[in-house]
Amino acid sequence: MGIGLVALVGGYLTDDTHHHQRWWANLLVNGFFWFSISLAALFFYALNYAVEAAWSAILKRVWEAIFKFLPIGAGIMLFILLAGQFHAHHLYHWMDSSLYHEYMITDGDHVSYVDTMEAGAVANPNYDHLIAHKGAYFAPAFYWFRTIAYIVTFLVFAMLFRKWSLQEDEKPSLDLHYKQFRRSALFLVFFAVFSSTLSWDWLMSIDTHWFSTLYGWYVFSGMWVSLLIFANVLLVWLRSKGYFPEVNSSHMHDLSKWMFAISMLWSYLWVSQFLLIWYSNIPEEVTYYTQRFFTDYKWPFLITFFVNFAIPFYMLIARDAKRNVKYVLIVAFLIFIGHFADVYLMVIPGTMFDHNVFGLFEVGLFLGFLGLFINRVLTALSKAPLIPVNHPMLQESKDLHH
Amino acid sequence: MNKVFHVMYDDDDTLKGAAAQLVAKGIRVKDVFSPFPIHGIDPIIGVKRTRLAIASFMYATTGTTLALLGMWYFMISDWPMNIGGKPSFSLIENLPAFIPVTFEFSVLCAAHGMAITYLLRNGTLPGMPATNPDPRTTDNMFVMEITTEDNHLAADEMESFIKETALVELSIKEYK
Repeated sequence: MGIGLVALVGGYLTDDTHHHQRWWANLLVNGFFWFSISLAALFFYALNYAVEAAWSAILKRVWEAIFKFLPIGAGIMLFILLAGQFHAHHLYHWMDSSLYHEYMITDGDHVSYVDTMEAGAVANPNYDHLIAHKGAYFAPAFYWFRTIAYIVTFLVFAMLFRKWSLQEDEKPSLDLHYKQFRRSALFLVFFAVFSSTLSWDWLMSIDTHWFSTLYGWYVFSGMWVSLLIFANVLLVWLRSKGYFPEVNSSHMHDLSKWMFAISMLWSYLWVSQFLLIWYSNIPEEVTYYTQRFFTDYKWPFLITFFVNFAIPFYMLIARDAKRNVKYVLIVAFLIFIGHFADVYLMVIPGTMFDHNVFGLFEVGLFLGFLGLFINRVLTALSKAPLIPVNHPMLQESKDLHH
Repeated sequence: MNKVFHVMYDDDDTLKGAAAQLVAKGIRVKDVFSPFPIHGIDPIIGVKRTRLAIASFMYATTGTTLALLGMWYFMISDWPMNIGGKPSFSLIENLPAFIPVTFEFSVLCAAHGMAITYLLRNGTLPGMPATNPDPRTTDNMFVMEITTEDNHLAADEMESFIKETALVELSIKEYK
């Protein structure tokens, strides 16, 4: 965390790019990456409840501890978006209101923008036909309504899930269990829509001219697999310290299976998005990839894909590999970096263009966020019994064996 | 003269208990015939882990290689084809277009290879003679096969051990 703080301040002071673009862009990368891991924990928690998964009952507190980071993550995201709205940075090109009006009237130093050819109006050189078309969606009122709606929904569900979970510890209650079951299903409905629109609003809109319907699922699968990697490594570490003695090799095997499966989901979505755009080769679609393939981002972009696909595929395909802690840790370490790089490459090419620098600041900020995240998660873990006391499926989870 | 014991049970859990009991006495169970897979029987009677997964991986790799080789020959080398203006003289630049086909062909090879291997290994290809000792094992009965050939114990001793378990029926046959 100390490193992160130094990097945060030092980075801001030494960043000589326009509007501290590099500082903000990297803050967005880290802010979103760590926020999304905790969001994925909330999703995974709800998913396990909604499908009545028994094996993971014993791990319930892990997801809870991770989603307890949500308020901090959401705060950082809000800070970045607010700063953008007040033009402290220029990550989101579309936040510039002059893009939306075809004509402008200059009156001394004051410029006002109009939509029709009025007396004294001249063509607005900033006018962007394509972005103006998206004006209704990007209208600040609607945009902020959505952003606030996501964050409030997530925080309310996170708070309620945690509250009910702790209540259940005090007194066994099947009613409470079914209540969580129903509310989890409800949350999944919200999450299905919000995870997509959230990634459009917060990440895809960086490349304002470009759009991809699949982007939301792609971001979602990325956050999901990052969560599973984090949880897997966290559990390996906690077990090596003697916590979670009831978690056996079958639980770890299941977690590694999840890691493997969602890595494949991520690769599948990556390829699906790329393949269709590559094949049809339509100008408004290829911009995203030309910005990544015909620039210095080419090799990082390709390597990220191969690391995140080929390494889990070849190294985790065997049953014995998934049950071998050392093997899983190596893969987890590599693809965790890989998925961070994935988020990095969603944000940076559209914000830093050809002027990107990767230096100590980026590494420091990553380590800082990592430290903060681990600190919050472990603190949250220590606040409640590690094993939920009265979960109705607890015994089944403890007996897991395959 | 070798003897083979076919011990019949009417419940899979009973059979599992009996198998554990016999194995503890040092008897090797040759095989178990059952209408459905019995969870957890493999470690008791010492069945080795299946190598079908490894075979499947090899079939899939063969499929991938064959598909890429084939498409390279048909679409690049022998008669370069221009489809949608994609570069047609290079496998690597055209690769994304070949990925779906390669994937499908790998799955096809893995699936067929696995199914055929499984049927061959079990001797259950269509038309092959049935080898289970009693037709009732395809319905509601469970049979354990034990041979004197596999065991060092005397036939009489084995028979008395077997009779201690909760069996339903016992048939003893002799074979050379």
